[in-house]
Amino acid sequence: MKSDKIFKYLLFSASFLVIIVAAGMVFTLSSGAIPAFKEFGLKFIISNQWNPTEGRESYGALPFIAGTVITSVIALLLCIPLAFSTSLFIAEYFYKKRVAMFLSTMVDLLAGIPSIVYGLWGFYVLRPFIVELGLSPQGYGIFTASLILAIMIIPYATSLSSEIISMVPNDLKEAAYAMGATRLEVIFNVILPNARSGIFASFILAFGRALGETMAVTMLIGNSNIVPTGLFQTGNTMASVIANQFGEADGLKLSSLIAIGLILFVITGLINAIGKLIIKKLA
Amino acid sequence: MNENIDRVDNPIIKIENLSIAYDKDKFAVKDINVEIEKNAVTAIMGPSGCGKSTLLRAINRMHELYPQIVTKGDILLKDENIMDMSTIMLRRKIGMVFQRPNPFPTMSIYDNVIAGYKLNGIKLKKNDRDQIVEESLISVALWDEVKDTLFKKGSFLSGGQQQRLCIARTIAYKPDVILLDEPTSALDPIATARVEDLLVKLKKDYTIVLVTHNMSQAARISDKSMFMYMGNLIEYGNTMKMFTNPRNPKTEQYLTGKFG
Amino acid sequence: MSSATIQYNTRSDYRKRKNRLFYWLVIAMSAITVSPILLIVYKLIIQGYKQINWSFFTKVAPNTLEAMTANAQGEVIPGGILNGITGTFLIVVMAAIIAIPVGIMIGLFLYENQGKRFASIVRDISDILQGVPSIVLGLIAYMWVVKPVTHGFSALAGSVALAIMMLPLIIRSTEETMKMIPTSLKEAGLALGVPYYKVILRVLIPTGFSGLSTGILLAISRIIGETAPLMLTTLGSSAVNWDLTKPTSAIPLLVWEFYNDPNMANLIWSSSLFLMGFVLVLNIISKRIAAKQNR
Repeated sequence: MKSDKIFKYLLFSASFLVIIVAAGMVFTLSSGAIPAFKEFGLKFIISNQWNPTEGRESYGALPFIAGTVITSVIALLLCIPLAFSTSLFIAEYFYKKRVAMFLSTMVDLLAGIPSIVYGLWGFYVLRPFIVELGLSPQGYGIFTASLILAIMIIPYATSLSSEIISMVPNDLKEAAYAMGATRLEVIFNVILPNARSGIFASFILAFGRALGETMAVTMLIGNSNIVPTGLFQTGNTMASVIANQFGEADGLKLSSLIAIGLILFVITGLINAIGKLIIKKLA
Repeated sequence: MNENIDRVDNPIIKIENLSIAYDKDKFAVKDINVEIEKNAVTAIMGPSGCGKSTLLRAINRMHELYPQIVTKGDILLKDENIMDMSTIMLRRKIGMVFQRPNPFPTMSIYDNVIAGYKLNGIKLKKNDRDQIVEESLISVALWDEVKDTLFKKGSFLSGGQQQRLCIARTIAYKPDVILLDEPTSALDPIATARVEDLLVKLKKDYTIVLVTHNMSQAARISDKSMFMYMGNLIEYGNTMKMFTNPRNPKTEQYLTGKFG
Repeated sequence: MSSATIQYNTRSDYRKRKNRLFYWLVIAMSAITVSPILLIVYKLIIQGYKQINWSFFTKVAPNTLEAMTANAQGEVIPGGILNGITGTFLIVVMAAIIAIPVGIMIGLFLYENQGKRFASIVRDISDILQGVPSIVLGLIAYMWVVKPVTHGFSALAGSVALAIMMLPLIIRSTEETMKMIPTSLKEAGLALGVPYYKVILRVLIPTGFSGLSTGILLAISRIIGETAPLMLTTLGSSAVNWDLTKPTSAIPLLVWEFYNDPNMANLIWSSSLFLMGFVLVLNIISKRIAAKQNR
């Protein structure tokens, strides 16, 4: 029927639009980045220069790539024990009990806090705390940023992990209990092997999330354009350098920032794709 | 032509050389020729997978939902090929009731009954609307039970009542033929009995074709019966005759419970 | 008791103790996980309530001089976040206008074409889009809207960036909602001779309305607090602005401005509190709707 044909065509066009948007994004980022790559070649990726002075402009992405990866890795390491414990709490120890529902809601709320609020809290509460502990003179740096990042990605790791853990078949667990295993032993010998890839995927996705975080990190990392060499040194990430330096940027500097955006886009895209692939394999 | 398939005195639907395939060579319905009698209850029965629902759904062209289904042959409604009509016209004349009662959950009982008109944008005067709703609900013996709650949503009704509401929705649209696909298999015995009585009553004004996996139901209420097996139409004739004196050995085996 | 039995008991005691220890470890870790949200909300409330008064909602943000004078005199800073509230409203509504119809249409497309190759590709691309960092979306919107279309920072550019963020969420929730509606409803509509598109619009979508609204509300709560993309697209404005083609303020942008200005420190907390409260309310409403649906 004619009206049906029109309707189907409309839906199809809308879907095609998504593909165009995605392709357009790749195209726009690439073409915006070309001037920078033309000028600096692929060395852009491993160069740690960041010199905006006229006449001697030289830009490189290394400090920011390093900063992004280091903070995200540390954040992930900090997040793993917390997220794992919380998902065990929700999906195993107190499964379907009221307290688990409560915890689950709290974790959801964690996910809803805007990045800038995390940054504020990190700045006004965490930072002085770090200074008090004597770990760093001003409290800025890789560690503080990673810490706040870890808190921010916990919900993403937890919600997927707890779902995976709750899906481990009961009869497997019961067989182990029937042989006298303790709960701990069931967790590490039955649940974990079974849920391994799903939990792994949840951490990968959390990692992908951490890579792209902007505001909270910007406010805590110190914004120095160097490759960090110590846990409490300051640094910078791809997302925050774009946010900070975008304001008056043009020409080569703008192109370099866009190039950094492209690199960030590619890295997060890859990580997320890997995570989703693992989940698909599970289904 | 299969000699175990009787001709009919007053056919309203003629099915000619009908074959339906879900997927290249897997034919769910194989070369069926049969006529449906007007103002009678015709039952289509057979074991699971014999093609009875597939056959039923071909009559109101429901297969067009699924483009990979291929249909060959013709179906004529009052000597007009159903492929020559628009599906809107066809489904005005042939209504369908499904196995799971499915009143529209966001509409009131009243709106459910006249949904056929409402969704198709057919405007009726309020008096006409009220009359259609009342008559249809009376026909399905629901009127007394819902007349005070017409404007509430039908979710509080029992399964049997919901199914009768769906039948009311179908007959409100005044079709010639009503197709029913295992209409009572989701209902309890009492609700089933009420729907069966209703169908027998309705055949005066409508032609009823129903698919059933319950041969006792076929025996109880149908005038004519079709027995299908593996996509083929094995036997067709008067229900009474077929049950007491089946002509085909397969029919007899089915009726005596040798396979289900 | 033989020595073998004694050994057995010690071994099992050891396992039991390990088990207990782990149990308490899990509880402790879970408590740690939850504590930030309690601490953050506490901090926001304690520091933020002081500035929340009527003029908070009705006046625009003060300039730095006003703030400095008020601070020096120990007074509450005059002004409020009106320009932020109207700006956020403008940008979010525009983003919703772009994203909701497109998102629902694509969700319907995926629902109708389950298992088809093209639909899988669209679904995968939607998932990829969901993972793009918001700052990158800001870059994109800058290059697509700020330069060529509005020749300058604008609310529209911000809306475009936020709309791209909302899109995958709406697509997914639409598809999931539709899949949960029993097919017999669709067939009942078709059997009445209703054309397919009408069955979708007048039967299926109303039936799935709560699922769709939940998805939309969650998508909105996701973008309302976003700062980074707005920094690259709408810049900010000290006045109330309703012109889509001009720079506009937004609540998160104001928070960022207050953060960067030492005089405005007090306003940071009240505006963040307001922002968080809003996000929380949206979340609660959508959970309520979802719960009602499941009755």
